[in-house]
Amino acid sequence: MAKSKRIKEGIGYDIVQVLIYIFVGLFALLTVLPFLYIIAGSFATEKELTERSFFIIPTEFSINAYKYIISTGEIFRGLKNSVYLTIVGTFVQMVFTTTFAYPLSKSDFRGRNFVLNMVIVTMVFGGGMIPSYLLIKGLGLTDKFAALIIPGAIGAFNMVIVKNFFQDIPKELDEAAKLDGCSDFNIFLKIFLPLSKPVLASISLFYAVGHWNDYFGAMIYLTDPKKEVVQVALRRIVLLAAGIQADGTMLDYGIMGVPPDKAVKMAATVVATVPILLVYPFIQKYFTKGVMIGAVKG
Amino acid sequence: MKKQPASESLPKQSFLKYFKQHKGLYLMLLPGFIYFIIFKYVPMFGIVMAFQQFSPYQGFFKSPFVGFYHFRNLFLSPDFMRLLINTLMLSFLSLIFYFPAPIILALFLNEIRCQTYKRVTQTLLYIPHFISFVIVASLTYTLLNINDGIVNQAIKMITGNTVDFLGSPDYFRGLIIGQSIWKETGYGTIIFLAALAGVDMELYEAARIDGASRWRLMWHITLPAIKGVIIILLILRVGAVLNTGYEQIFLMQNSLNISKSEVFDTYVYTRGIKQGQYSYATAVGLFKSVVGMILVLAANWTAKKAGESGIY
Repeated sequence: MAKSKRIKEGIGYDIVQVLIYIFVGLFALLTVLPFLYIIAGSFATEKELTERSFFIIPTEFSINAYKYIISTGEIFRGLKNSVYLTIVGTFVQMVFTTTFAYPLSKSDFRGRNFVLNMVIVTMVFGGGMIPSYLLIKGLGLTDKFAALIIPGAIGAFNMVIVKNFFQDIPKELDEAAKLDGCSDFNIFLKIFLPLSKPVLASISLFYAVGHWNDYFGAMIYLTDPKKEVVQVALRRIVLLAAGIQADGTMLDYGIMGVPPDKAVKMAATVVATVPILLVYPFIQKYFTKGVMIGAVKG
Repeated sequence: MKKQPASESLPKQSFLKYFKQHKGLYLMLLPGFIYFIIFKYVPMFGIVMAFQQFSPYQGFFKSPFVGFYHFRNLFLSPDFMRLLINTLMLSFLSLIFYFPAPIILALFLNEIRCQTYKRVTQTLLYIPHFISFVIVASLTYTLLNINDGIVNQAIKMITGNTVDFLGSPDYFRGLIIGQSIWKETGYGTIIFLAALAGVDMELYEAARIDGASRWRLMWHITLPAIKGVIIILLILRVGAVLNTGYEQIFLMQNSLNISKSEVFDTYVYTRGIKQGQYSYATAVGLFKSVVGMILVLAANWTAKKAGESGIY
């Protein structure tokens, strides 16, 4: 009796287990299906896109959409600008963040609490969008990439993570180096930075993905078409052509000419997505680690 | 007199002497310090604009003061109730549907024993987090638009009708919540899985030997392990009840669904940056941040009263 009951429980357990595997698998599939569909669609002919409803492998392979995209060059200009913005922006942010975090990681640093409290206040309260906008405009940063870099030079939360990491590096290293006559800046550069590689990798990736994906800032501050970043270009190609303008009014096709066809929109989306997907396998590890460091310490 | 720890019982160095010894450190702090003053504190004082009739020509110091004029305008305007309802509805729906999603998924992932399967699904589930909202909006458009969106083609095949997901206000909230769930659920599990990684496996084994079922294990071991994280996230969530974010909503907003899609964040942008009503928009923003700050502190206080560790 007892034995059969246990087997029965076992079967119930297995059924639930199978259902969990299926649910998780379906959810994972749901996250990638849209990508597979647009990749397939970008290589399909317009005819197939209108006739067949859903497919992962197009029957007729066509690269016309990509040819069109290359010929207009808009999205590639966007890619170039975004790469520049991401590299320079991340570098500047890392310099600001680490140099600011280092003195604050010293427990005996005079003024430490004052500065830390000053930072914490900004995490709870801020001036809001308009004063910042007027400030950035007033500083003459409009239409400069600096408008997207300098105002976000230090993410308070990221800074705290880096500070906590520095704090955990043994004090003895610092003291020994000082006895050898090493300056504070050199200790930071030659001892602390190399020892903090994992956290620095995570934080710089947070910053980099933020720059790459930023749309709103670029839309507000960069009006020069030569400085259009990839997200703005993509939005223009896919969504504006769909008849919806940035201000929410409908677009008049009469003036704009024929909207780009479906395959072109898909190809543009693919081109804007691929760079992130290419680096994703390499950055996933650091992202996960970054969240964990933040979670444990924060 | 307070007793001081041994290391500090030495006569305290004068600040000047300490400063001279550690010039390097202060020099390193300087750029960041200036950054916080200019880009965080100067805009805070810019809030004064909310009580002025600010004009860019007269500038910050010469614009006339009008007291609470803009706040009165905001609260008396017919926009206010609509904004409040739209914003609160989005936050409320996201609290009910989006907030628990990563918790549930993390509990499921925690049950998966096959490590390869777990790793592969996790890798796929995290992807959308790295995708920009522009791409999410583009995908949404490609899949759902009324003319040639694949979902509408499928609906047409089955029912013969099409559904205007993107142009009708009725679908707006569902779209936003759906996008959030699609984009962030997978990534949101990391923090819970990290908390679960710290649970001693022997606890599970001991409970299982005592005949505890899967649900009892979940209820008595797994959930308590992530309770602290859930509460912290909940506090942050409550504080952000009026912050719906600009980008996602802005990208899905159009003239057809504006009655449901206009929230405080997008309103500040439209009124302030697009229409140049700087003072009014600053007042709206200030109202939002003050409410947010009060809510965070209140939620934090409540959590602490209930015996949980808060965030401050």
